Order: sequence, then C-alpha cells, then structure tokens
Amino acid sequence: MNPELLGSPGGANVRAVHDAFHGDLLEVSMGPHHPSTHGVFRMIVTLDGERIVKLKPVFGYLHRNHEKLGETVSYLASMPYTDRLDYLSAMTNNWAYAIAVEKLAGQPVPERAEYVRVILAELTRLLNHTCLAGFLMQDCGCSGTPLMYAFREREKILDLFESLSGSRMMCNYQRFGGCRVDPTPAWVDATRTLVGNYGAFLDEFEALLTGNEIIMARTQGVGVLSSALAINAGVTGPMLRATGVASDLRKSDAYGVYPRFQFRVPLGAHGDVYDRYMVRVLEMRESIKILEQALAGLPGGPIMDPKAKLRGFRPKAGEAYGRIEGPKGEIGFYLVSDGSPNPLRYRVRPPSFINLTVLEDMCLGQTVADAVIILGSVDIVLGEVDR
Amino acid sequence: MSDAPTSAAPAITDAERAELRRHGILLTSLQELYTWGCSHSVWPLNFGLACCAIEMIAASMAKFDIARFGSEVFRPSPRQADLLIVSGTVTKKMAPQVIRLWNQMPEPKYCIAMGACAISGGPFKQGYNVLKGIDRFIPVDIYIPGCPPRPEALLHGLVQLQEKIKGFQIKGPDAPRHLQTADAGEYPVPEFGAHDLEPPHNPAVWTAPTIVRSEKG
Repeated sequence: MNPELLGSPGGANVRAVHDAFHGDLLEVSMGPHHPSTHGVFRMIVTLDGERIVKLKPVFGYLHRNHEKLGETVSYLASMPYTDRLDYLSAMTNNWAYAIAVEKLAGQPVPERAEYVRVILAELTRLLNHTCLAGFLMQDCGCSGTPLMYAFREREKILDLFESLSGSRMMCNYQRFGGCRVDPTPAWVDATRTLVGNYGAFLDEFEALLTGNEIIMARTQGVGVLSSALAINAGVTGPMLRATGVASDLRKSDAYGVYPRFQFRVPLGAHGDVYDRYMVRVLEMRESIKILEQALAGLPGGPIMDPKAKLRGFRPKAGEAYGRIEGPKGEIGFYLVSDGSPNPLRYRVRPPSFINLTVLEDMCLGQTVADAVIILGSVDIVLGEVDR
Repeated sequence: MSDAPTSAAPAITDAERAELRRHGILLTSLQELYTWGCSHSVWPLNFGLACCAIEMIAASMAKFDIARFGSEVFRPSPRQADLLIVSGTVTKKMAPQVIRLWNQMPEPKYCIAMGACAISGGPFKQGYNVLKGIDRFIPVDIYIPGCPPRPEALLHGLVQLQEKIKGFQIKGPDAPRHLQTADAGEYPVPEFGAHDLEPPHNPAVWTAPTIVRSEKG
C-alpha cells in the first residue's frame, strides 16, 4: 500500500479496499475477440493485483480441420490449403509441403527452381519479420506508425508475389519438382531493386525503434525464456535463437541451395522480448545478404523438372517428413502414402503452436500488460496454431 | 414529419435547390441528413478472424487508406462500432462469440461478410467444424467474394454499403431493419451442441434453399 495514499483525505477508503480485496485473485478472460491476441486466441489469466499467477490458453477458435481435409483431397490439391496455414508466409509453407512430397516421391528439383525458392523464402522472411515488428510495437502501445511503415514494405513484397504468382497472399506457387511460373528478367530486376532498398528501410526502422528508451524499458527482461526450457518444449526459430541456442535448419539441414550462401545466424543472450525482436531484425539483415547472393547467382534452365508428374500423381507407399526453417520456426509436413492419389495421413508441424506452449512459463510473475507483448513476441498466426 | 409516401415527388426540385445554393442557402431533408451522416462515418469493429483480417488491416494502412471513406476508426469495443466485418472462417466454436458481438453492437449496425469462408465456408466448407456462412445467423448487408478479397474489394464493398445506407428511407415500410420497431434487436446465440450448433441456423434470417428441378419432357 502506498503510504502517501493512506495519509490522503480518502485514506480510510484505500485501507478498506485493501483489506477487503488483498490476496483475492482476479480471473480475466482475454479473447477470443481482443485486439492484442493476434486473432481468435483466448487467454484465461489469473491475476494477483497486476501480477499473473496463472495463464491458461484456449485454442481451437479457428480449427478448420486442415489435416482431415488434406486426407480427402489429392496431394496437389493440398497445396492451396497450405497457403492458409500461416497466412503471412504462404511461400514457405508451400516449400515445406513441396519438400515433403518430393521426398515421398523421390522427385528431383532443377537448380533454377531451388534458387527461386530461396529467393521467395527469404522475401517471406523479410515480410513476416517486418510485420511482426510492427505488430509488436502496436502491442507495446505505439499505435499505428511502425505498423504503417511495416505494411508499406509488405505491399512492395506482395506486389512481387502478385506479379509472379497472380495472388497477393495465397500464392500457391510451388509444385512437386519445381515452381509453377518462371520469373521473368523484369521480375528479377524488380526484386533486385527491392532488396537493394530494403537495408535503408531497416536502418530507418531501427533508428526509430531499436534504441528507443521506451521500447527498451518495456521489453528488456520481460518474458524471459531459458534455453533449457526452450529446448525441452521443442521451441524453434527466432524464439529459440533468442535464448542463445544456435539452431537453424538452413545450416543444420542444409536443404535446397542454402550451403552455397554466406550468412550468419544471429543469436540472443537473454531470451527476453527485446532479444526476440533483435534476433528478427538481424535475421532480416542476413536475409538481404542471402537474397543478394541468390539473385546474383540465379542460373538459367528449366523451372520445372520435365519428368515431374502433375496429373495422376500417385507416390508409392511410404512416409516422409519434410521441413524447412520458416520465419516462425521449423515448419514441417509429415505424409503417409498408401499408393493412392490422397495421402493416408497428413500432419502439419506448426511452429507457432509449439512455440506457444511455453507462453505460461514466460508470463508467470509478469504484469498483465506484459502478457500482451510476450504473446506478440511469440509471433503466432492462428491459422497455423489451430489449423 | 408527415406520413406522406416516400415515393412521392420531392417538394423542391434539384434545379430550385441549385438556385438556392447559389444564394448561399443549403437545403436538405432530415432523411438525407441522416443517411449522409450514417454513410460517411461507418466505424468498423476491430475484429479479425482469419486470413481476410490481414487484408482488412492492409486496407486500413497507407497504401489503400480506408480513412478516405471515413472508416479508419477501428473500434475495439462492439459498443462503439457500426460495422461488423466478418473477416474469415467462422468455426462452430467461434460462431456464438461472433453473434454475441453482433448483439452487443448498437443500432444502426451493418455486417459485411468478407471472403469465401464468411459467405459460405469457402475452401473449408467440407469440414466438420466450419460454419457454412455467417448469414445463417445474422443478417448480412454486403458479401465480398474472394479468398481473400483484395483490399480494393473491401473498399468497393464499403462504398456499396454507403450507397445502400444512402438509399435508406427513414419512414414507412421500406425503412431499414433497425427502424422497424417490430423487428428483433437481439439475435439468438447458438450453443455448441453434441454434433452441431443448436439451432443450426436462425430461421428468421435464413432458410435452406429449396432445389427446384425442371421437369424435362
């Protein structure tokens, strides 16, 4: 209790309220309609004053039976559904699914397609991390401006996606054994221009945010996740790297043509919200480096394997797990085939769902306003969490 | 205000009104003032469901700038909102909450079904957990197809809604729903039952379409 308040004219009331409610817990239901929950996610937060003593997440408000639908349609018909998993980064979902099916069918991919896939995945990473930084600042209370800047850049990347695939968000671009459309030289030039300008945008963005005193005070030391818990809970992606664990599938799995590119994996030291933000900003800088190398080395040749079978596609019986390092972590698809045109079992490993499992551990002891930014820093997309 | 039929010729012609305006006199009717005010300050509820919500946010950002149409004020509380944009897949778990939000909004209120999922279930229609169109429970004013619709499509839908509001009669049998005293203000909120929502639809709003087959000789 504040002694100054007790001495004030209403001091007796302050004492009475304190005596009546001290030690009582308050249960607050945040969501499914709440501007801070990034979609239809619900948290039942138990509070002692401002401090969180318990947090129960409630899922399933966007459960669209994605996996069951995947078993009722053909392999290729699942590709547009993967767009709608993590709807901020459709291209990486497409790629992870294509890798799983290509493993299942033993389908090779031409070199040009591998380069285009890397370019699109890194553009998606730029898009996702920029938007996440904008949303995180919105959660911090910096309403509007950073998100406006982030969406301005997002539109530029979406223009590239649209001119290539015909759709802004739901690209449906990858195919088993390559990509659907060959990028024109004009598209490659436009991408080069965007990548060339992106560093300047990041400088501007960082000048506004990274050293900002309010943001540092609000995010440093908040929502700390230990590396041991992160590993045990299966957390992947920038969440894991912010705790200081060097784990990046682009390095360890070396899928696609990633071994040909020079890039570093940025790591955090404290595992707090600020580190998660910082790791993502540094990852964007590395993505720009990868993009520059990939655009410089983009080879000619076919974009699709000429022997790839699109119609009547029936992989032989077996199972395969394909995974890539998506912007949010390890996005993987597990497929079981019985030789029919539809998969027997279709399972998604959604990174943001698994990253969300440590939410309560990060929030305990924090204030209710911190829970909002901790959730923001996890980077969830409900299409992927609930599937 | 008289009870004259609204379809009667206006008491003053456009030419006369233009003449008066040249002399600095602006004339309007209560109806025009009301619909003009309603149509240019449609405040949406800050409520996103799925993929379409991202395009809704994009529509409110600098490139598309929904503020040009007076709708940039996304309100977090349904008590302050005029427009419910159902932006994405409504699952059976979420449908009761959507209808509760709709009930909490004050009249006059409007509903836009944005995207294939909100209209009919869209690509997830075959699933066991997806509502096959929000118009089974609440009245929808504007349907915007697309998966997801582009931000331009949302803006077009908003302009169409404004046109619709401008056409409202504030008296008589053609008056909109919220001015009809006999009309229900609250819509029943379904329960999540054993197999499906109970009731599965609101009969006052939606009835199952009857399939008419042509008799071929």
